[in-house]
Amino acid sequence: MRYLVRRLVGGGIVLTIVSAVVFGIFYILPADPARLACGKSCTPELMAKIRHTLEIDQPIAVQYERFVKGIFVGRDYLKGTTAQIHCPGPCLGYSYQTDEPVTFLIRDRLPATLSVAFGASILWLLVGLLTGIVSALRRGTWIDKAAQAFALGGASLQIYFVGLVLQFIFVDKLQIMHSPGYVSPFQNPKEWFLEMLLPWITLAFLLSAIYARLTRAGMLEIMSEDYIRTARAKGLKKTTVNLKHVLRAAITPIVTVFGLDLGQLLGGAVITEYVFNIPGLGRLATDAVSNVDLPVIVGTVMFAAFFIVVANIAVDLLYSRLDPKVRMR
Amino acid sequence: MSEAIATSEAAIEGRSPSRLAWERLKRDKTAWVSFLVVMLFILLAAASPLFQAIMKTTPDAFHPEALDEMKGALPLGKLGGVSGHHWFGVEPRTGRDIFLRFVFGARTSLLIALAATTVATIIGVLAGLISGFFGGKVDQLISRILEIVMAFPSILFALAITPVLESVLESAGVPQGNAARIPVMIIVMATFGWPYIARIVRGQVISLREREFVEAARALGASRMHLVFKQILPNLWAPILVTVALNIPSFITTEAALTFLGAGVIEPASDWGAMLLQSVPFYGVDPLYTFIPGIGLFLLVLGFNLFGDSVRDALDPKSAR
Repeated sequence: MRYLVRRLVGGGIVLTIVSAVVFGIFYILPADPARLACGKSCTPELMAKIRHTLEIDQPIAVQYERFVKGIFVGRDYLKGTTAQIHCPGPCLGYSYQTDEPVTFLIRDRLPATLSVAFGASILWLLVGLLTGIVSALRRGTWIDKAAQAFALGGASLQIYFVGLVLQFIFVDKLQIMHSPGYVSPFQNPKEWFLEMLLPWITLAFLLSAIYARLTRAGMLEIMSEDYIRTARAKGLKKTTVNLKHVLRAAITPIVTVFGLDLGQLLGGAVITEYVFNIPGLGRLATDAVSNVDLPVIVGTVMFAAFFIVVANIAVDLLYSRLDPKVRMR
Repeated sequence: MSEAIATSEAAIEGRSPSRLAWERLKRDKTAWVSFLVVMLFILLAAASPLFQAIMKTTPDAFHPEALDEMKGALPLGKLGGVSGHHWFGVEPRTGRDIFLRFVFGARTSLLIALAATTVATIIGVLAGLISGFFGGKVDQLISRILEIVMAFPSILFALAITPVLESVLESAGVPQGNAARIPVMIIVMATFGWPYIARIVRGQVISLREREFVEAARALGASRMHLVFKQILPNLWAPILVTVALNIPSFITTEAALTFLGAGVIEPASDWGAMLLQSVPFYGVDPLYTFIPGIGLFLLVLGFNLFGDSVRDALDPKSAR
């Protein structure tokens, strides 16, 4: 319990520093932050409005204080000279280009990113672990060699290449897959599944390769330990030894990597969403970057950092459960 | 552990650990093949101006004569216009020579990745050495910084910070375009790359710090600088080398990804990520245009990965692959 509190406080401190760094980089460093917030299709009127509502004339400390306060309780931006824009908490900023609070934009885009992460992570974990286990248990056989080749190939391929190729083969030529996109699973679960299938398979193919390598290396290392030999010598069944002793010990580092990967992915599968044109957080961010929509950029970066920090804490907690050697300090 | 084994062998055969590692590497066929693949790409990249002279054109020159105006300016002939003049075909719409763009693109990718690796390695090694050797408050501070840097969503942040850093560099007088873009990419990639190196070095330093030879040097009155750079650092070249070898491919792919997403190298410079991006509208009619940079990237990264693995195995024979 004390450990949990300490971790949460630590995570809070990290996020505070991240927010300060992000704020500093995007609102203080540029010569003219209003110009960056206004974007490419900027009109003089909008520019004047942003200059006023961003409160650039205020001291930096005051600006930052309002920024942080907005995250917790929301804030009001001045609109024109008298009217105000209300941005309810948690307020990560206000997009002048779309005329919406960033939190709303994130809320609209989150389901698509969650869908990608959900399906892909199940698939890559299953395939990765199974491939790794089989090739460790059948070390040196052709199965192991094929799995190793798969792992090496997958680890060296890029999603922005494989995604295009698979889309070309399965969607355009063979026409056996739906072209990727996103519909709400609550409205049309079948269409949701069919449109998500290709992104899931692509992402899982590349990531499972890394997991297969990790699992195999971990299993082989544990299998050479003395206590495994002891377990075998005691006359335990081979499957019992392999599953209860080897896999259990080998899986702990994989849990760490998995948690971190998932955290990264939840903050926006940037490249996947870009390649398959899925309207998720990553796509929101890339669009914001190409339109130079500064508040959206800041908001998505903060949101993604939040997921990474949460994933870190979750991983540490899970780790201490899985591995009795790790004591909670 | 590996060193213990290596020294005991050395006592019998009189060979140094590094010599043993070198001999293991020389016997490794995978190492040779992957080394040759990597060298091939480096040579292609280095020889890119030479190809320009041989082919009597530049990577930016338009070749409308190689395009079929009737078919929406797609390349004339089979396979995206492969011919004696244009070995890998030409780009749809513009007719720029793909082979030249490919070799110049290799140069861009390799130069940026190597520069980023160098900067990240220097910062990472220094931070790891300081953090591991001095311990205490310094160590805590550096470890916190590592934690914070790693909490940033790196690709997203890199995308976001590019226009900002670019505007800062431009207001400092750097001309617009790639002269500002490339330094920004190197800075961003190094910023997110060094923590991984620092962590590995730190771990190694902590295990070396209390060893007898450091103790002995300390007892002889050696300065801290001497201990860190003359006693500890020379023992770290193996893990550093492996980290570097495995870092280069990840920087190459990051560079291509950033450019693919629009936050990297821009026209007219050639780049594999840019080629992939530009091939997207045409992959249905001219798949070769997508495959050339895609396969190039795959082979180069695979080569570096395999070579890195081989070097690691050679330096640490106990590691089970």
